Parts: sequence; C-alpha cells; structure tokens
Amino acid sequence: MTAAPHTVAPANTVGRVMRQVLYALLPAICLHIIFFGPGLVIQILLGVTAAVAAESLALRLRGQPVQKFLMDGSAAITAVLIALCLPPLAPWWLIVSGTAFAILVAKHLYGGLGSNPFNPAMVGYAVLLVSFPAQLTRWLPPDISGLQTVAFSLPETLHTIFTGSLPTSLQWDAVTSPTPLNALRTGVAMGQTLQEATAQPIFGMLGGRGWDWINVALLAGGVWLLSQRLIRWHTPVAMLAGLTIPAAIMSAVDPGSYPGPMFHLTAGASMLGAFFIATDPVTSATSDRGKLIYGAGIGVITYVIRSWGGYPDGIAFAVLLMNLSAPLIDRFTVPRIYGHSR
Amino acid sequence: MFAAFALTFALVSLLAVALLWPRESPASNESRLIDRINDLLPQTQCRRCTFEGCKPYATAIARGEAGINQCPPGGERTMIELAELLKREAIAVDPKFGVMPAQPAVAWIDEAVCIGCTKCIQACPVDAIIGGSKFMHTVITDDCTGCELCIPPCPVDCIEMRPKAAMTGAVT
Amino acid sequence: MIRAMTGGGLRLETNKERSTAAPLRAASVPAEVILPLDQHAGTAARPLVKVGDAVLLGQPIAEPTSDISAWVHSPVSGSVIAVEPRPVAYHAASSPCIVIRNDFADRRDNANTAVDYASMSPAQLSDHIARGGIVGLGGATFPTASKLSQAVAQPDLHLLLNGAECEPWISCDDMLMRERAADIVFGAHVLMHALGTVSCTIAVEDDVPQAIASLRAAAAQVQPHIRIATLPDVYPAGGERQLILAVTDREVPAGRLPSDIGILCQNVGTAAAVARWIRDGEPLITRIVTITGSGVREPANLETRLGTPIASLIADCGGYTTDDRRLIMGGSMMGLAFSDDRLPIVKGSNCVIVPSPSDLHPRSAEMPCIRCGNCSEVCPAWLLPQQLHWQAQAHDVAALESFGLMDCIECGCCDYVCPSQIPLTQRFREAKVPVQAELLARSEAHLSRQRYEARGERLVRIENEQRARLEQKRREITGRKSPP
Repeated sequence: MTAAPHTVAPANTVGRVMRQVLYALLPAICLHIIFFGPGLVIQILLGVTAAVAAESLALRLRGQPVQKFLMDGSAAITAVLIALCLPPLAPWWLIVSGTAFAILVAKHLYGGLGSNPFNPAMVGYAVLLVSFPAQLTRWLPPDISGLQTVAFSLPETLHTIFTGSLPTSLQWDAVTSPTPLNALRTGVAMGQTLQEATAQPIFGMLGGRGWDWINVALLAGGVWLLSQRLIRWHTPVAMLAGLTIPAAIMSAVDPGSYPGPMFHLTAGASMLGAFFIATDPVTSATSDRGKLIYGAGIGVITYVIRSWGGYPDGIAFAVLLMNLSAPLIDRFTVPRIYGHSR
Repeated sequence: MFAAFALTFALVSLLAVALLWPRESPASNESRLIDRINDLLPQTQCRRCTFEGCKPYATAIARGEAGINQCPPGGERTMIELAELLKREAIAVDPKFGVMPAQPAVAWIDEAVCIGCTKCIQACPVDAIIGGSKFMHTVITDDCTGCELCIPPCPVDCIEMRPKAAMTGAVT
Repeated sequence: MIRAMTGGGLRLETNKERSTAAPLRAASVPAEVILPLDQHAGTAARPLVKVGDAVLLGQPIAEPTSDISAWVHSPVSGSVIAVEPRPVAYHAASSPCIVIRNDFADRRDNANTAVDYASMSPAQLSDHIARGGIVGLGGATFPTASKLSQAVAQPDLHLLLNGAECEPWISCDDMLMRERAADIVFGAHVLMHALGTVSCTIAVEDDVPQAIASLRAAAAQVQPHIRIATLPDVYPAGGERQLILAVTDREVPAGRLPSDIGILCQNVGTAAAVARWIRDGEPLITRIVTITGSGVREPANLETRLGTPIASLIADCGGYTTDDRRLIMGGSMMGLAFSDDRLPIVKGSNCVIVPSPSDLHPRSAEMPCIRCGNCSEVCPAWLLPQQLHWQAQAHDVAALESFGLMDCIECGCCDYVCPSQIPLTQRFREAKVPVQAELLARSEAHLSRQRYEARGERLVRIENEQRARLEQKRREITGRKSPP
C-alpha cells in the first residue's frame, strides 16, 4: 500500500511546468517572426532537434530512462531560449553547437535535470557569444516601414541559414543593422550624445523599435506565468528593479550619456531574462529573500555590463555570475522555522 | 568608468562580507574550546583515553597534550568531528585505547553473588549503581554508559557487560 | 485548486459534502467487538478481565499502566472470548486486544454515574476524566487527563477547542458540531473547570456554516462565555501548532508544549466525550466515524461502538460499489492505507475512506527535484522541503537536524504540490529515524555529563568536609595540649 498523502495535485508534472513556459513564450515568438522574419522558426526547429538528440545521447550514456526524461520538455526550453537570443539568420551550426553544448556540458555533465548549477541556455549562449562574436551581431532591422532594405522570405532565409552566405549578390553590411543596445553603445563610444545616437530610425518611443513590443509580449507571458503560479514574483521584480534603479540614477546624473529605465526595460533580453531565464528554479536561489538578492544581482550586473562592459547586453553573464552565487545566497537566507527564534 | 568600478566593487564586497561573516564566533579562549570539544565527546566517562573523564580529555586535547584518536566509544565519527573542529588531520582511532563491543552494552550485577562491598558504586563515574554497604547493588540500566569501570574493583567478579538492547527491551 | 497562504498550507478539494448529506445516525452493533489495548498514545493498558469473564456495557476492562495511558471500557455487554494479538489499522504490527462477544442485552455497569463537576477540585475532576477512558479524538489519541495535568500548573490557561477539521473527506467533527453543539459546550465548561480557567475559544473553519450556527446558539445560552473563531479552510489549519498561530497569533516554541505558552488544545469530539462521561456517566465507548468515498454506496457519519469491525459500518452504508478493497483510515492527506475491512474502529478512527480510482490523484513517475520551491511555499512549518530532500538523500543527519526535519508535521502539503512527484513526506518519515537516534544519544550524553559533573562536585565537597573536620579536630587537640 502507498504511504500518505494518498492524493497529489492533478496534472502537476515537470512536463506541464515546462509546457506552460513554452506557451508563455508564444506571443513573443510570434512578434519576433513578424519583425524579423521566419528565421526564428528554423532556429527553433534546429535547436529543438539538436537538444533532443543531445539529451537522448546524454541520457543513454548515463544509463537513464530516455523516454521519461525526454518528455519533460526541459531540453526544448533550453533550445528555444537560445534560439530567441540568436540573430534569426545565424548559420545552422551556431544554434546546433550552442544547444548541444548547453545540454551535454552545462546540463548532463553536472548530473542532468535538477542538478546543473548553471543555466544551460545561458551557458550555451555565452559560449557562442565569446566564440563567434561576428555571427552574433548580424541582426536584421525589424520589418517596420522603412527600416528593412531587403525582405527575407522563407527560401532566402533557409539559404542563408544553411549555407552561411546571403542569397545572390547581397553583402552582410547592406542587410544587417545593429541592435538598439549595440547602436547606442557604438554611438556613445564615438562621442555622440544619447540624443544623437537615438535619432536613428531603429529607435522608437520606448527603446528599440520592434524590440520594445517583443519585450512587452515577454512581460505579458511572464505575468501569465505569475498568474499560473509557475514562477514567484521575487526574482523578476528584483531583477527589473536592479536594472532600472541604477539606470534611473545614472540617467539623472548624466542624461547625455545614459539612457533611462524605460529604454533598459524594453531593450535586449531584459524581459526574457527577468521572467524566463532568471526564474529557472534549478539554478536560482531558493527562499523568497534569496530570490530577491539573486534577482537584484542579475539586474545590477546586467546594467553594469550594458553600460560599461565589453558586450552590448549582459543578461547571460549576469545570470551565470549569479548562478555561481546562488548556493551562497541560499546559505544566508534560510527562512525561520515555525517555533524557532532564528 | 568610476561608476562601473564602484557598482561592481560594492556588489563583490557585499558578497565577500556575507561569505566571510563569522557564523559562530571562534573559541577565543581555552575554556570555551574545552567546552566545545567536550560537547563532541560521548560522555561515557570511561577513561579509555587514559584521562579521568571526558572533560579532562577535552582539556588535554585543547592544550595539545592528547590526540583526537583516543576515544573508542565516540569512534570514527567523534574523531572526524574533532578533526573538523580543530582543523587537524583525521586519524584512525587507536585500538590500543580499547575496542567497543558491536552492540552498546551496559553493566549487570549478578545480585545472587554480590556481597555489597560498594566498591563498584565508588567506581561508577555517573552514579548509575545504587545500593548500600552489605546490601545488594543494582545498575540503573538507563543511566549506565557502559564504561566498564565498575568491573575491575569487584572482589567477587559478579559484574558483567550485557547488550543494552536486551536489558532495556525486557522492560517494555 | 492550489492556493497557498503566506503561512503555508493549501486549499484542497474537501469532498466533505459527500458524507454530510445524510444525518448522523447510530451504526448497527456488531456481534463481536475487538478492543486494542494500545489504541491511545502512551503505554498500552493492562487487561482487567480474562477469557470467559462476563462484562457489562461501560465496564472498565483494562487499566492505564503509566502517566500516559488510558482506561478501556467495554462498549457492549457480553463475555470476553479472547485476549490476544489482533491486526489493527493504525500500525503495521498486531496489537494486544480484548475480544468481547455481544449478548445484545446492553446491561449497563451501574458503577458509572453522572457527577457534579462543579463541586470537584480540578485534580479530582482530571482523575475522574481519566477514569472515563477519554483520549484526544482528533486522531492523536493522547490521554486527555495527562494533557490536563501537564498544563494545570500554568497560570492564565486558555482552552482552545479544535473544530478545524481540515483534512479532506473527514466530516465527523462537522456533524458533531451541527447536531451535538450542546455536548461540546458542556464539555468545554468541564474542561475549563478542570483547568481553573474561564477563557475558551472554539476554532472552526469557515466552510461549515451549519456547525458554526449551532455552536453559536449553544454557546449563547450558558456562562462563562465561549468564543467561536472562524478560520479560512486551509489545510492543515487544524494542526495543533498551526491552529494556535492562526487563532492566537502566537507560535509554540520548538520542542515545547502549547501549555508552555498558556494554551491547552482539545478536539471538539473530546469535549463532547467529556460531557457524556461527566453528565451522563457514559465512558468513551462510542465515537462518530465518517464512512465516505465513491467506493461506498451511501456515505454517512455513524455513531459507532468502539471495536466495531469496519466491514459492519460499510454494510450500514449500503456496501461497496466496487470490488477494490483499498481503504484509508483518516483523511487522504495523512491517513493510513490498509485493505482488511475486519479491523476494528478505535478511539482514534475518525474516518474510513473507500476510494474509487477517480477520488484520488495518485502520483506519477518520480522525477528529479527541479528546486521549484512549491514545497517551501506551502510548508506550514516553514521548512525548505527541497533542501531536506537533498540532505535526506545524502544522509546528512546534522544538516537534517539544523534544517528542522524534526519540526516536519508530515502533513503532505509538499508532496501534493511537487511537480516532480517526489514522495517527500515518506522520505522525511524515514529520515527522522536516524535524526531521532542522534538526538536521543545526545540527550543521554548530556545526562551522563550532568551526573559525572554532579558526582565530581560531591566528591570535592565530601573531601573538603573531611578536611575541615580533621582541621577542627587538630585544632582542638593542639588547643588542649598547650594551655594559654
């Protein structure tokens, strides 16, 4: 006979948790496709295939039940998160190697689901970022009136991804456009004021055009996850606060060089990081207080890297650095037990 | 640039302070160290370590006059705990200080043979034997630590060690 | 469905309405009753009868053997046919039992009479309550008189009656409060007298409006005043420590008793049993049992003679609807599973669930912990079950203890919300064994040390006294030898 409790919450499994996270990403994925073309779909398909292959290989090598763990969906999430971080026209081997590295090294070498100290998606992305910086800057401008010089339909996208070169006689320089974070950083580095740098057409009211809507969609997805009680509010709120408070202070001190909080919130991977990456339970702090510290750390480090570091966005490194600190944070934020004074 | 430095520095120093924050204050003086060592000892007061009891042994360890491998009742676990506390190398418990029975044992007096000499009562370090002069003596099983100190003084050899489980199990 | 509160806990599907539709009624009396001698917390009772003895209804048949033990009375008149070990539903082993064949005459033991409790001293009253065989009917079966005597030295005691029947499926207290509120209030006054206090609260979950109304009506008619407090229906609101925090906003310190902070907690059913014993002279020989689940035709609450085989109650409820003989004694969160329906109802049997597969959501395949933290969110003891789970796997006794394993109340909330389907509560039950042994060894070492130190002090004192006496004598002798 079984031991108590004899009943558990219905349909509450790791697989369901992971599926809900994927659903929450859907609006952002759709907007991404509208703004940047069908590249993301191919990237996701490539990534998920690589993730499933790497996961089955690792499980088989480790003598674990392949079927049971493959169905949990965590590998797919890793692949989708990496795909969302890569330029949609990036060559196929980029997403494949990044995802394979994430699954094989960052996840399974550390013991698989639940045992990895670092967020696999961010490890995969960081490895690609330091290894292939040129390919990772080849973003298209969003498909908003007057921004895109060349439109990429499906056949052209496929051609670019699988051959690594642009169709016909196009040159990369003519097609790509810096991301808002990158444009801003280059502009300011060249001595422009913030106002001059953001005068380019890729900037809109809040921040980068296209990116602002994607971030809003991610925020909506995150709020839905909160309402489904799949994530707790502590990490995202603390991370966004850790990002906006320094941004508010610096833009107040020197409005000519530092963009305000709104720009940071809607630029780059802010919302993706806050609601989908920093909230990875496996690699984050445990207690509510711990999550606040952990999230705030990610926000502050992201701001520091964006403003003064060597990379336009800093979410990946910020998350990895705070992953490293999570056990320490846990040690110092053990909650009080009922009936104990401390 | 300065702001970057200040922010990262603040963050790093915060974490460093958290990491280095003393969880327990170190034993600053000898008597506190003795107490902490004594807390780890099993309190059988059996003198197998060659000292007069657990506290004297703890004192000797604290003063560096005794090794951490002299307590058979504590066994390997106590030795490891002592090594961790004192930051010393772990070292196997020396069998020359005695070997413990596989089952925890307590003393038992054959009351038919006992002549009531009170020698064992005087030997017991934890007052676990009761009885008066010329009257039969009895071991309080619950209080006996199994130190065996009562066995040598007995003039009629009426004390023996018995498994504790058997002795207490009989009551319930 | 899952809705956690700041203090932990869960809102669960209660399924109580299934067994509250039918009114409370008496169960049929069986031809044979089986009365385990260890059906209460503490030491087993000692039989006062032997095979062949004739017994009367309400006659004491076993006596307590320690301060924490209880009287057992015969719930029928008839003859003792066996005193032997029989299987029981509350633990895996057999228990010593007295088996009585019912003569269906219900000849009462006239030694049991009503008493005027107001004229008794608290100590006398407590002794008398013990003679009624009364134990906590919430499930813990701690002897009521023992609890009273532990608390009675405390000044300003507050009596807290637990009517928060938080576990799913169970409705015996709900029915009792609806239909016998006057008994509960009378029992409350007896207990207040035994404790020398005039302050009492009855705590009830807010999903039992009929029970609240009848308690209010019953309490309004008598003095001293009894407060009726309602709580949100969050599981496990009826856990003693959780209830005390919810009602009084105070925590019971770890390792201490509620009476240490001036609170004595009793189940409402216990209060009603006290009333029956004091007012009517009827010892604890019946209790209300919920028979529920889709596996039984007509779920109901039955007032049952102790020792009645469960099969007889199932028959009273129209019998099984399935061939599946899976039974749960207690609620679905903390109850014990068993399959033999010949086992007897005892003082602690509040509910028998006969579940059909659709009633319960069994666990699916276990996955590794993803540290989602759902468990710590719902833990009513504010523990970190995911950390305890790692430590239990590593057999790290010291860490388990410092992370509060012994404060785990085994409520099952963490299991319920775990997406990885880990049987956490069972792991914790197992992990408690070595931690308990460690704590015991440490307390024994502490006692040995105290005895050793006391002996050392005594030896020094005796030596000093001897030396002082010698000195005195020497001075006397030298004083005599050399006159001034």
